[in-house]
Amino acid sequence: MNKTSYKKHFLLLSVLGIVLFFANISLGSVMIPIQDVMAVLKGENATKESWEIIVLNFRIPKAITAVMVGSGLSVSGLLMQTLFRNPLAGPFVLGISSGASLGVAFLLLGSSLFGGVLMSGTLSNWTLPIAASLGAFLVLSAVIFAANNVRNTMSILIIGLMFGSFASAIISMLSYFSEASQLQQFVFWSFGSLGNLSWNEILVFAIFYVLAMCGIFPILKSLNSLLLGENYAKSLGIPIQKYRNIILLITSILTGVITAFSGPIAFVGLAVPHLARMLFTTSNHKVLVPATMLIGAIVLLLCDIIAQLPTSEHTLPINAITSLFGAPVVIWLLIRKKKLYV
Amino acid sequence: MTMESTNTILRAENLHIGYIAKKKSISVAKNINFHLQKGSFVALLGKNGIGKSTLLRTISNVQKPIEGAIFMDEKPLESYSSKSLATAISLVLTERLPESQLTVFELIALGRQPHTNWIDQLTSLDIEKIETAMTLTEITHLSTQRYYELSDGQLQRVLIARALAQDTPMIILDEPTAHLDLHHTLQIFKVLKKLVSETSKTILISTHEVNLAIKFSDEIALMTENSFHKDTPKNLIENNIFDTLFPDEIIRFDKTLQQFVMK
Repeated sequence: MNKTSYKKHFLLLSVLGIVLFFANISLGSVMIPIQDVMAVLKGENATKESWEIIVLNFRIPKAITAVMVGSGLSVSGLLMQTLFRNPLAGPFVLGISSGASLGVAFLLLGSSLFGGVLMSGTLSNWTLPIAASLGAFLVLSAVIFAANNVRNTMSILIIGLMFGSFASAIISMLSYFSEASQLQQFVFWSFGSLGNLSWNEILVFAIFYVLAMCGIFPILKSLNSLLLGENYAKSLGIPIQKYRNIILLITSILTGVITAFSGPIAFVGLAVPHLARMLFTTSNHKVLVPATMLIGAIVLLLCDIIAQLPTSEHTLPINAITSLFGAPVVIWLLIRKKKLYV
Repeated sequence: MTMESTNTILRAENLHIGYIAKKKSISVAKNINFHLQKGSFVALLGKNGIGKSTLLRTISNVQKPIEGAIFMDEKPLESYSSKSLATAISLVLTERLPESQLTVFELIALGRQPHTNWIDQLTSLDIEKIETAMTLTEITHLSTQRYYELSDGQLQRVLIARALAQDTPMIILDEPTAHLDLHHTLQIFKVLKKLVSETSKTILISTHEVNLAIKFSDEIALMTENSFHKDTPKNLIENNIFDTLFPDEIIRFDKTLQQFVMK
């Protein structure tokens, strides 16, 4: 209804997002002045040549990854919460990321069991994402197969959770039998990381990201009618089964590709949709989808800045930062507002 | 016959309703034959568990019949696409809405979805329909409120307004007065009656309010284990059909009082 106030919100958030994007690029273990960052962005020379390399090949890809990971996970969370009409749903409820973890676990931990067959050859940049994608895709196929054989949408939620714990159990088994160095490698992957992506990887990431995001447009309208429950949505002419599959597919592609390139990043997908609903006090998806994307990107850019511990040489695991700072914020908001909506 | 068929909006033939579970069908009711006249207010009566909701769900294509056929405007129901059916029948259901922050206006506007473009943009015609729906149900003053702030009676009128905004020739309501007090129940019946006379829509409502159904509806459909009668309230009373509604140990229907009385 109140369109002008949404405009103001969007404007403020966009400005914040852009500021954080540039802050993210200039902050890090090496402090690079914003003038130099701008110069590099404009294609000019920076004061130091090393700064150019850092900005172009490390910082900018990382900031872009943060934006895609943050917005992608948040939108996935929003879609899941709407589909299941459950405020506790998130991108990970379908077990997709557990599937991705399982793929990575087989790659990193399985070698001791399978006698190095999997680890033969060098571990290229692409091996991890491919293993993760395969794992995610496997679980996705299972979930969609199950979804078309159960009538009740809530059952899909449980089935997803079951796939998740099943995958976790196998990962535990693999961990138990693997060597310390391999285990360490796996644990580091599970911390999540936004960096280390080459431009080629970013390109592949972006293609999947854009494809999945485009999938949201045709279902945008039906998301609001899903807020009334499936029977009402059906009576409004929404073919539920078809739309359910589209939503599951979009979420799976997004979480699958994000987990594949950045590891399992917790919290964002569950919490950001709630932040968006609280800030915009609406359940209208025409507002919520862009709002959730924007806030998701902001949250991850911010978390990444914190994780970098500017001017220090250490980088904290992004997965810990998102929850460490995010969880108290959401708890505080909930206590103030007292209620969660779908 | 020709006269009758042009005035018929919905027709059921040898309808056998129920559920299909584990490849076995669980029968709820059989041999249902009826037709509904355009612009009539029809009440569906029957005791708990007799299959009123199943019948309404079958008519509105939420579930499939086990056997038999339903015709909407003389076209079989399964020939309708989900979208074209959404412009023919609208629903008011008993189920609770999931908790969301939709405003009353937004909720009613959802009724326009079958008519809007892909981005769900409301045209001036859509807004006019929404406003008319709110005026008819007397909820215009609530339009900016969130629907969870409403009382049961208000919410029920909002849901009716939503169905009305969908602008279908037929509206089906499943026990819309279930949780309401006498005052609000009466209010709902009056609103529905007004809708039928002012918008010439066909309204099919399932209810337990026998007295109000007799008073307000043009026709009553009476569902029992073995039979399905549909007639004017007057004829049903004269033919003692109401006695079949409940097992007669405790109550009986009094013809002169036109209501059920204790034995």
